[in-house]
Amino acid sequence: MNVISEIIVGALVLIGSLLTVVTMIGLIRLPDTYTRSHAASKSATLGVLFILVGCLLYFWIETGHISARLILAIVFVFITSPIAGHLLGRAAYYSGVPLSDKTVRDDLKTKQQKKLTHHE
Amino acid sequence: MSFQLLLNVIIAFTWMFLRGIWTLPSFIIGFFWGAVLLFVFRRFFHRRFYLYKVYAIIKLLFIFIRELFKANIAVTKDVLRPKLNIQPAIFAMPTRLESEWEITILSLLITLTPGTLVMDVSDDNSTIYIHAINTDDIDDIITDIQQTFEKAIMEVSR
Repeated sequence: MNVISEIIVGALVLIGSLLTVVTMIGLIRLPDTYTRSHAASKSATLGVLFILVGCLLYFWIETGHISARLILAIVFVFITSPIAGHLLGRAAYYSGVPLSDKTVRDDLKTKQQKKLTHHE
Repeated sequence: MSFQLLLNVIIAFTWMFLRGIWTLPSFIIGFFWGAVLLFVFRRFFHRRFYLYKVYAIIKLLFIFIRELFKANIAVTKDVLRPKLNIQPAIFAMPTRLESEWEITILSLLITLTPGTLVMDVSDDNSTIYIHAINTDDIDDIITDIQQTFEKAIMEVSR
């Protein structure tokens, strides 16, 4: 394993870990469920992807073995993680979790009220 | 698209039969000539030549990856700023896309765009409700989504 590939693999894993740390800081600092979901659905995805790509490259260079399972894992995480973020936000909204005070506009509220009056 | 692809595979198999060589390179050569043949006879199909669609799908994949990187830079900036100045909002965005899978792909892309998260899709598939982390650039976000994503997805489904 030469120096260049060592540096690339190390950098990938390090960037992935840093992004995961950013996700955690975001989860603590941001004010409400929805903004936290922003941080969790984006940074965590790319963080995990970076670590998996680093792992893939490491075993490829070190042992000459391309792990198909790691590639599949990358694809699955890439597709499912945004949907998880969407579903969490939607479930939170419809079970009445309040938005933070900083929120300035809420178009979804009018839609819900229209629906309620329509039912009555 | 799937019909043309199937036809192309059948032509490749025919090529292998004609040559009597059962190897992967032979299949690839047959597939190439099949693609050329389909391109020549493209006006007999009522859909486009299918390799255009393959190209559009690859382009969409690159948009996905580019947006993921942009989104992460934006989130990192928002989170690590010493003073949080975010202005969350939920806004409605009309969409021209119709079928279910197009809306799904668009929602995936929007969720991976910097600062936006899909909250709900209206029952008639005409409006998407988006939660944005910063309000001051909503109009920019909407035009951006409509210009790049909707166009790229329509390119695939046309």
